[in-house]
Amino acid sequence: MVFSFVSIFLLNTITLFANEKAAAANEEGSFNVTQTILEHIKDDHSWHLWGHTSIALPVIFYTPAGLEVFSSAKLIDEHHEPVVYKGKFDYKLVEGKAKIVNAAGEVDEAASKKLWDFSITKNVASLFISVIILLLVVLTAAGAYKKTGISSAPKGVQSILEPIVIFVRDEIALPNIGAKRFAKHMPFLLTIFFIILTNNFLGLIPIFPGGANVSGNIAFTMTLAVCVFIVVNLSSNKNYWQHIFWMPGMHWSMKLFLAPIEFIGVFTKPISLMIRLFANITAGHILVLSLVCLVFIFKTVYAAAVAVPFVIFIFMIELLVAFLQAYIFTMLTAMYIGMASEEAHHDQAHH
Amino acid sequence: MVVGSVAAIGAGLAAIGAGVGIGMIGKGAVESIARQPEAVNDIRSNMIVMAAFIEAVALFAVVVALLGNG
Repeated sequence: MVFSFVSIFLLNTITLFANEKAAAANEEGSFNVTQTILEHIKDDHSWHLWGHTSIALPVIFYTPAGLEVFSSAKLIDEHHEPVVYKGKFDYKLVEGKAKIVNAAGEVDEAASKKLWDFSITKNVASLFISVIILLLVVLTAAGAYKKTGISSAPKGVQSILEPIVIFVRDEIALPNIGAKRFAKHMPFLLTIFFIILTNNFLGLIPIFPGGANVSGNIAFTMTLAVCVFIVVNLSSNKNYWQHIFWMPGMHWSMKLFLAPIEFIGVFTKPISLMIRLFANITAGHILVLSLVCLVFIFKTVYAAAVAVPFVIFIFMIELLVAFLQAYIFTMLTAMYIGMASEEAHHDQAHH
Repeated sequence: MVVGSVAAIGAGLAAIGAGVGIGMIGKGAVESIARQPEAVNDIRSNMIVMAAFIEAVALFAVVVALLGNG
């Protein structure tokens, strides 16, 4: 039911989008597929809605001359070409990134390095939306539990949340961390799981509340990976570090050989989490966009007859991937926490 | 004359590697489910985790190919 609704909805939006863009491409003559795709998956200072309508988001700069706040609408003219905005410095968008330019309109690299961009970009705005959605859903459920307790059957939004929370507890936390310590790590695992899941799903919606590529942004995934790195190392014990620097039960030459490899592993684990989520979501978005771009490559609307069913098929897979990546990220986090806080094997003496 | 990017060859090679890897996981999983149908849940979740590891390596290659292309 939900799936058919989503697919019909997607079909409509994609076909509309394709018609409009195909017409635009015919007018302009040439069409650069790679550029179009990269424009759609990268962060932006404005949020594109449809046609020539976009939401101008606030630009916040911290410059050597102090704080500067203005609307991003001032950085583009009526033809959506970047123009110079004169504030405390002269700013201009170069390939989507704000730079300081000199009087002649050339980029001043030395001054641009001192420009700190704290803008509410499309990704930041999307993150705010996902946080609001999460707070609404989770606090509603929490309020319901406070009122009725766990004695009665779940109602309303509880019915969605409860199976997911129990899934995270029984399939992810319990088997990987162990019955003794899993409860302490449940809030962190649930936070990670829900923030990734919400952002993945929002990223799949092609129109306004979604459409930003948040979980396919390397900075976002890096922040999550750094959180995981900190939590894993804070929950580590002596046994874990002994296995890294002086692996028990090995010849001393092997211990020397293993120590640097195991130590690098401490860092590559979160880095692989970071790249896995980023690459999976970005690859999914690129796949969908390239299939839509088939219409512009063949320069006929009839290519949509092939492209749209394929896009819907990929979207269905992406729905699975959106859940799967949240599951994998949380699962591996739980595994790393479990490895770091594992007690020494007392049964080794019996072998 | 064929004109193209070396990055495309890289992406293709990554797809071959990932295909072989995921195929072997699928083979192993289906065989073990056939031998022990009651363990299907454990096998499935392990299969998904393993597939994610392989997919990640393939996607690293895709990212490198993309960066090399740009």
